[in-house]
Amino acid sequence: MTATPEDRLPDTAVPRIARGVRLRFDEARETHMLLAPERAVKVDPIAAAILGEVDGTRTFAAIVGVLAEKYAAPREQIAGDARRMLVDLMDKRMLEIAP
Amino acid sequence: MNAPVVSPDPVKAVRRVPPPMAMLAELTHRCPLKCPYCSNPLEMVKRADELTTEEWTSVLTQAAAMGVLHVHFSGGEPAARRDLEALVTVGREVGLYTNLITSGVGLTEARVKDLSARGLDHVQLSIQGTDAETADLVGGYRGGFDHKMKVAAWIGAEGLPLTVNAVMHRRNLHKVRETIDLAVKLGARRIEIANTQIHGWAVKNRAALLPTRAMVDACTAVVMEERERLKGILVIDYVPPDHHSIYPKACMGGWGRVGINIEPNGTVLPCHAAATIPHLTFENARDTPLAWIWNESASFNAYRGTDWMQEPCRSCERKTVDFGGCRCQAMAYAGDAAATDPMCIKSPLRDTIRALTEAESEVGEIPAYEYRTL
Repeated sequence: MTATPEDRLPDTAVPRIARGVRLRFDEARETHMLLAPERAVKVDPIAAAILGEVDGTRTFAAIVGVLAEKYAAPREQIAGDARRMLVDLMDKRMLEIAP
Repeated sequence: MNAPVVSPDPVKAVRRVPPPMAMLAELTHRCPLKCPYCSNPLEMVKRADELTTEEWTSVLTQAAAMGVLHVHFSGGEPAARRDLEALVTVGREVGLYTNLITSGVGLTEARVKDLSARGLDHVQLSIQGTDAETADLVGGYRGGFDHKMKVAAWIGAEGLPLTVNAVMHRRNLHKVRETIDLAVKLGARRIEIANTQIHGWAVKNRAALLPTRAMVDACTAVVMEERERLKGILVIDYVPPDHHSIYPKACMGGWGRVGINIEPNGTVLPCHAAATIPHLTFENARDTPLAWIWNESASFNAYRGTDWMQEPCRSCERKTVDFGGCRCQAMAYAGDAAATDPMCIKSPLRDTIRALTEAESEVGEIPAYEYRTL
């Protein structure tokens, strides 16, 4: 794989949670969980905040914009963290780019 | 079923045992296939003894309440139950992630559409080979392969995520690359390359199923290569055969730690083969609350954690990695369910088993299968 994270998930791309993958709050464990085929991934509050903005209509740049405003944090830092996390989920086929 | 010695007490059941993540719901033991490695227990539950729709509804509701996240509808062939669709609806309503583990036989296009509309989250479809001749020989069911190809297409048309479950053994292990290619062609997001576990019925066919060491090494190399090549396209989960491994598999992720299994008649087991351990008695979900069984029952506490371990497990640095391996395998080979898994390099039985395994797997021709018929 030589593609950079920016190639995989460009600013203009619209990420969406793949069918068969669900983000839910798990009352028993008091944490957000990402449920996928044969996988249950514990989602920390930062990741949950990022995934909460992935609605299948907004571009990656728009998502970063919303998060930067909401958490009053530098755009570049948020973009880096969010992209790393989302590309990792793409590798696991839990997240995809909307056509 | 005997009533538990201690009466179920909901207050006591809040003991701090982490809740199970997943529940295997074996809806039925009925199945049209006759696989020589059938994972149903030797003693199968008859149709008349199967839980009713209402009883399964109660089990699913209790499971979700205690913290189960995934329910795997399995069997046997779960599509043999006409209330499969209704149970998927219940599963979704109580918040469970619903997975259907199927051979595809018994599914029609209409049923796949209906299951999808009801919110089924995922399908795991088994394949017995990459061509009809091999696959139908293994499954003992003519036309099975062609039907599975149709089922995969129906699943794809619904946009349902698909995992291909490829059970590997001596007859198909050398075709692992073709198997992976087929999964990609079928639009699967994930494949499980699972080597046959030699338990139950598979023991009768051990010599016909066990691959040689060289075959396993070649397969592992292909899997590593393909995993890198197909990153972002296909997730490859690989279960190598433990007869050729150094350490045992972390069976069930540890006894009473991750998973809970319900037999077709409501018997609740820590793993689907646990009934082969003769001194354990198991409660039934028909008369005992699931949370009590998980937290308090003698069967779930028998091999939970590490306190039950003896040497060489007790002092082993891997005891919280593989949890001593498989209790049922220890029972089968060592005659003691608390022994270390005989597949472990530290087991005194390891050399005997390795010699037996290598001798059997080196036999020139694949012996004829002893099929599992109902």
